[in-house]
Amino acid sequence: MSEVFINGIVVFVLAAFVGLEVISKVPPTLHTPLMSGANAISGITIVGAVIAAGVGEGAFAIVLGFLAVTAATINVVGGFLVTDRMLEMFKKKPGRG
Amino acid sequence: MTELLYLGAAVLFIFGLKKLSSPRTARQGNMLASVGMLIAVIVTLANMENIGWGPIIAGLVVGGGVGAALALRVKMTSMPELVAAFNGFGGVASALVALAEIERWDASFDTETGVVVALSLAIGSITFSGSFVAFGKLNGSLPGRPVMLPGGQLINALLAVALVATAVWAISAEDALAYWIVVGLALVLGVLAVIPIGGADMPVVISLLNSFSGVAAAMAGFVINNTALIIGGALVGAAGLILTMLMGEAMNRTIANVLFSGFGATPSGPVTTSDKPVKKATPDDVAIALAYAENVIVVPGYGLAVAQAQHAVRELATALEERGVNVDYAIHPVAGRMPGHMNVLLAEADVPYDQLLDLDQSNPRFGQTDVVLVIGANDVVNPSARDDDTSPIYGMPILEVDLATTVVVVKRSLSPGFAGIDNPLFYDEGTMMLFADGKAAVESVIGALTNV
Repeated sequence: MSEVFINGIVVFVLAAFVGLEVISKVPPTLHTPLMSGANAISGITIVGAVIAAGVGEGAFAIVLGFLAVTAATINVVGGFLVTDRMLEMFKKKPGRG
Repeated sequence: MTELLYLGAAVLFIFGLKKLSSPRTARQGNMLASVGMLIAVIVTLANMENIGWGPIIAGLVVGGGVGAALALRVKMTSMPELVAAFNGFGGVASALVALAEIERWDASFDTETGVVVALSLAIGSITFSGSFVAFGKLNGSLPGRPVMLPGGQLINALLAVALVATAVWAISAEDALAYWIVVGLALVLGVLAVIPIGGADMPVVISLLNSFSGVAAAMAGFVINNTALIIGGALVGAAGLILTMLMGEAMNRTIANVLFSGFGATPSGPVTTSDKPVKKATPDDVAIALAYAENVIVVPGYGLAVAQAQHAVRELATALEERGVNVDYAIHPVAGRMPGHMNVLLAEADVPYDQLLDLDQSNPRFGQTDVVLVIGANDVVNPSARDDDTSPIYGMPILEVDLATTVVVVKRSLSPGFAGIDNPLFYDEGTMMLFADGKAAVESVIGALTNV
């Protein structure tokens, strides 16, 4: 295996443990926003999509790139917006605690 | 420098997720994560040479418009469908990135790249088709009940074997067509894997697909050798995995059991609805019990969301609080159709989040609670899960509402819940049954309360 690839695996494993550690502290009340927010983050694949669309040569490659950017952007924009909409509703009781 | 900026974006994702662990900072956390995303996209664009702007801009505009429209219009009750759809879009985007790479290099990859290309394709495609089947089940366009296909398990196993074999062929022969066959098989597998799963198991399925969409993104990160994708994808994979396990625990079932057993498709025996007498209550009886209570806990179930009764419940709680009654809400992890769904519905009805109790917070309190109001919940308050080791739901963590002095159950009829199990709570001495639609029942109790 190439060194680049092995580095990638190291990063992946460490990031997964960071994720487990950070996310296991999220209270059940916030599980839906957590999921939709995490979902928006999985739209990071938009980076790959933009590259694919930008370097694509030939009609077919361009169509693939365009579709990838579209799907990833729906995921990113929709995910962050809907999470914000939900979180805006979470309010504390005035005067309690 | 580019690498460091990508790392910066990834760090913002981690901070963002961390801030999501408290309702006070959560909104800020989501903001931070979105800034991270913006940085990643800008860095990518700034680094490209001889770039074809057309398809990029078109995709950003179309995707941004569709995403924003969906996000701003969705009703909170439909949140599970929307998240399922977004999972699907994320999955397909990762698969498309891998397909574009195949097109670009005519499938001639070294072995390690071939493996991650095949993984992106397979996981992304399964996430895509599985998510849209889940979407259909949740919004009612596909039957929500488990659809059992003859020989379903065997077919799925054969498909999975064929998928792996085709992937091996694609990688070793560097054959673009074989990669496309991988996509086709994965799409079919996604459909067949989710179709047998019943509506009540959707919290587990959505969480798992969420995890998959993250893993697919991470695999795409390996394909294009990008750290931001690998880290972001791994984080989401971990988040989805945690939620999947929590949901499984809340139903006392393993993930394998959810995926392969089609819960509810084969009831373990005839449903025995006991013919013991129940205590029927009128709205006036309920109003009196509530008005003179000191502590009241509301237990909302999915039936409450279906009846759109969350605003009425909030009104009732306000009326009670004005009389000096303490009102809290006890929420079972699988009360909705996705993790935390019920909390969002109650937050939308202006219920403060500090009144929303989880399983561990509420169970010690029921002993000191005068009245518990159960609306549209059944199996999650069934004491059989605790007391009867022959019950199919034995061992499932429940809200122990039977410890309270009085329990009021609002329900249309005595019919059993999705698990098809009779509920001894209904025949308990301290239980009153108010047979009505959730919303109508709560409204009539509010009306009766003004006369108490």
